[in-house]
Amino acid sequence: MAKIVIDEIRCKGCGLCTLACHGKLLSLSEKINIQGYTPAAITFPEKCTGCALCAEMCPDVAITVFK
Amino acid sequence: MQQVFKRPISLKDVQTHFCPGCHHGTIHRLVAEALDEFGVQGRTIGVASVGCSVFLYGYFDIDVVEAPHGRASAVATGVKRARPDNFVFTYQGDGDLAAIGTAEIIHAANRGEDITVIFVNNTTYGMTGGQMAPTTLVGQKTSTSPYGRNQHKDGAPIRMAELLAQLEGVAFSARVAVNNPKNIIDAKRQFKKAFRYQVEGKGFSFIEALSACPTNWGMNAIAANERVGSEMADYFKLGVFKNTDNM
Repeated sequence: MAKIVIDEIRCKGCGLCTLACHGKLLSLSEKINIQGYTPAAITFPEKCTGCALCAEMCPDVAITVFK
Repeated sequence: MQQVFKRPISLKDVQTHFCPGCHHGTIHRLVAEALDEFGVQGRTIGVASVGCSVFLYGYFDIDVVEAPHGRASAVATGVKRARPDNFVFTYQGDGDLAAIGTAEIIHAANRGEDITVIFVNNTTYGMTGGQMAPTTLVGQKTSTSPYGRNQHKDGAPIRMAELLAQLEGVAFSARVAVNNPKNIIDAKRQFKKAFRYQVEGKGFSFIEALSACPTNWGMNAIAANERVGSEMADYFKLGVFKNTDNM
């Protein structure tokens, strides 16, 4: 059981985390955050393995990982 | 459930001014993680340069001196000599270190000052509007080379990590990239090695980190990230060029 939490306010929607996720679980959402960007979101949270590669890749340290 | 990834203590919990996809944020985090690892946060003095890295004092929870353009390694020399017990590092971009500050970096390195220099190479002057830097790749279009960099007229890009590795005073010189998880994990290892040299008082350590600048390259974050691994890493080879301790 693993879980990631994306800080939707901090996320700048660069999409680099989507490249890092082996399971292709991350994508950019449609909604716009307070900065004017479309933050990343996880599609199938139950499939997350908690590898933390998305968090390693995030330039804004907007992802926290629990395992 | 346990938290397996969190923000390093040395990195303030604030929003950065960096553009989406800019690798400065990742490099900041790796530096902060290395500071945490060696437990030197309380006695660290960072030296910030001019460029996008100028707000270092706002993002790191350490003491920071703001150096004039290009002079960070000269300022760091003074700081380290006056306070040898402090951990001193500079964080400079390519416009700062490889152009305006070439004299300062070469002589600080040659003297073998006991400091760590972090050099972020994004092949352009980021903050001032994407002008051509000494590291701009041949053929790369910038606001001051609209037809692409011409090698006959402008010379070839300078490889700082290799150049400095030739100097006697340098203990450690490496080039890393942060464009994919594998490179990030490797970069993390190299940052720790570079910091260890200073913690153990073994001399000048230098790390060049290849970085994307999506805004000035006129690309989106994903394409800019891709360019780091292809075009840039092709010319600026990743690796360790000097490691006197063979750690």
